[in-house]
Amino acid sequence: MGSAQDVPKLAKTLPLQINGLSKRFGSLTAVDGISLAVRSGECLGLLGPNGAGKSTLLRSIAGRVIPDSGTVRIFGTAAGSPEARKALGWIPQELALYARLTCRENLVAFGQYQGLKGKALEDAVGWCLDWAALQDRAAEPVKNLSGGMKRRLNMAAGLIHRPRLVLMDEPTTGVDPQSRNRIFEMIEALRREGMSIIYTTHYMEEAERLCDRIAIVDHGHIIAEGSNEELVQRVFESRSEVLVHLVGNGSAAWVAQRGGQQVGEASQFTVDHATDVAGLLAAIDEAGLELVDVSVRRPNLESVFLHLTGRGLRN
Amino acid sequence: MRRDRGALALSFVLPIGFFSIFAVIFGGQRESTPKLKVIVADEDHSTASQRLLRGLAAEGSLVVQRKPAAKKGVEQPEYTAASAEAAVRDGAAPVAVIVPKGFGEHPISFGPATDEGSRVQLLKDSSDVVAPQVVAGLLQKVVMTSLPDLMAEQGSKYMDEETGGFTPEQRKRVDAGLDRLRKRQAGEQAGTAAASSTGSGEILPVHVRDVVGMNKQNPMVSFYAAAIGVMFLLFTASGTAGSLLEEAENGTLDRVLSSQVNMTTLLAGKLTFSTLLAFSQLVLMFLWAWAVFHLDLWTHIPGFVVMGLSTAFAVGAFGMLLASVCGTRAQLGALSTLVILLMSSIGGSMFPRYLMPEAIQKAGLLTLNAWAIDGFTKVFWRDEPVTHLWPQVAVLLTAGVVLFVIARKMARRWEYS
Repeated sequence: MGSAQDVPKLAKTLPLQINGLSKRFGSLTAVDGISLAVRSGECLGLLGPNGAGKSTLLRSIAGRVIPDSGTVRIFGTAAGSPEARKALGWIPQELALYARLTCRENLVAFGQYQGLKGKALEDAVGWCLDWAALQDRAAEPVKNLSGGMKRRLNMAAGLIHRPRLVLMDEPTTGVDPQSRNRIFEMIEALRREGMSIIYTTHYMEEAERLCDRIAIVDHGHIIAEGSNEELVQRVFESRSEVLVHLVGNGSAAWVAQRGGQQVGEASQFTVDHATDVAGLLAAIDEAGLELVDVSVRRPNLESVFLHLTGRGLRN
Repeated sequence: MRRDRGALALSFVLPIGFFSIFAVIFGGQRESTPKLKVIVADEDHSTASQRLLRGLAAEGSLVVQRKPAAKKGVEQPEYTAASAEAAVRDGAAPVAVIVPKGFGEHPISFGPATDEGSRVQLLKDSSDVVAPQVVAGLLQKVVMTSLPDLMAEQGSKYMDEETGGFTPEQRKRVDAGLDRLRKRQAGEQAGTAAASSTGSGEILPVHVRDVVGMNKQNPMVSFYAAAIGVMFLLFTASGTAGSLLEEAENGTLDRVLSSQVNMTTLLAGKLTFSTLLAFSQLVLMFLWAWAVFHLDLWTHIPGFVVMGLSTAFAVGAFGMLLASVCGTRAQLGALSTLVILLMSSIGGSMFPRYLMPEAIQKAGLLTLNAWAIDGFTKVFWRDEPVTHLWPQVAVLLTAGVVLFVIARKMARRWEYS
């Protein structure tokens, strides 16, 4: 536990410190008083349904949104300042690349935008091509690359200046499992170097694998924050999820009456203890329904996410 | 396109707008020929010279100027032969009519031309191919309508001198006279274009002389190199600046603006690139004009560089502005086509401005094309020194700066949200 005098010092060294951030677009409050911090070397997962405010939050960190209130500081300097820009890498969800330029030309361009030149630029381009496993495609125009290669180059372009804090906005969108796995390995390599990362994704297993801590955002607020295990424990305590596949007239009504939820063809129930499954099975039998399949599982991050944000469709 | 209402609207506005421009320029004219500016200098001050110039001034198709416009409220003296020639050289008018001393003694000629020194002189800028011919024709007409008594007097005098009643001897003399006329006609047809006479066979002997462009091998090449060049420079600049919209659409702009580059630096970089690209295009076009059409490029390098860079900078900034006001590439394509064709048509890139009504000529001064073409004309046509280019250079550079500042303000919409 640090002393009171250590607090300003800590704030200066924190990769990211957000206090009371709010941003409105007309009548829509995209971000509503969010406070958040990222520690050095930490990977923070930022999860939330579409329209929850994640993009506005990321753009605020990148200095591309002027907040209505609150502060965003990157290593102690205001977001958008030259120092913050230097310390920050941004990997946007869109493939923000020059399609007609080659991989190398893209990296050179983005390196120059970051103020690199000469040997430093050359070394940085070489590192990026190695890191993204694109050395053999360096002279290939981006438009000729596969989706996975474009994703990797998109990531490399955000890291050309070797930032200390990186925003990764759904970097695995639209790639095949092999490319996704390769991207995980790339991110893990960055983590070993001590880079701090903010990672947004809609794939919960990615967050579970990569992130030390997770913040769930909805309606402009952070509604839950902690490690994967902490979140599960906090939301579900010792409860378990039971998935049953039922056949028979009135099964849907019976599931609803018992507080279950339809998940595809199966119905999901939450029980306080795994041993309570026996009671549920007996009730099914009493109702005269046919049980085709049953499974019990410990709730995971997806369970937490759906529990907190609901199953209703978002925009 | 259905979802891009701006582009959709422009695709309908474009043809109507462009049609309207041509309709205004050509269809709205009540006269077949726009009024021509003519400078006159009366060095004879005889009754005949005054009547001739009065007759010329009465011509509805001419704007006759006897003296330069007042400077700072001070009336200027009437033109002399020298000041009229200087004014044509400076582009104040495409034609000057000089009535020399002694004109009143032999104002009209029926046969071999009178004394060379007393002939009316028509000084012309041969970049305007229409005005000198119109004025030369009107001079003959004015003699008929304004000096009929002198014409009759000179005719009878000619008959008396040349025929004497058509005796064999007189016939011989008439034949000899006709022979001389034929020889003179043949000689003039073989003569140079720089100095000629319309005197033979015409009532009013006129000595026509080029005072601008007399040594040019291909007089209109420099005009068209500049005129067409500027128009395509505008299209290129608009296309180059359009990369900004592409970057905004594909997300690279966001990425660039989160780097060490801010919007002002980005736009300045794009303007620099656009300027250099446009200048390179001009260099290529003028080199082509030199190689193929014998444009005298090498003796005009300083003027060409100054005008080329000024023009390239202005069109580059213009392209930035167009891109910054458009939301999509499609909108930019439609808007730039409309605006550039409008500017090019009234600015003199498609046809010389002196062929347009005066109001359109004045409106043309609101375009970059007009100032650029005027500057290049000064360099390649009038052989004026670089220091004389300051009005054109000042206008183009100022326009470039103003357009860039507006573009920068408009670009704020991409900067932050």
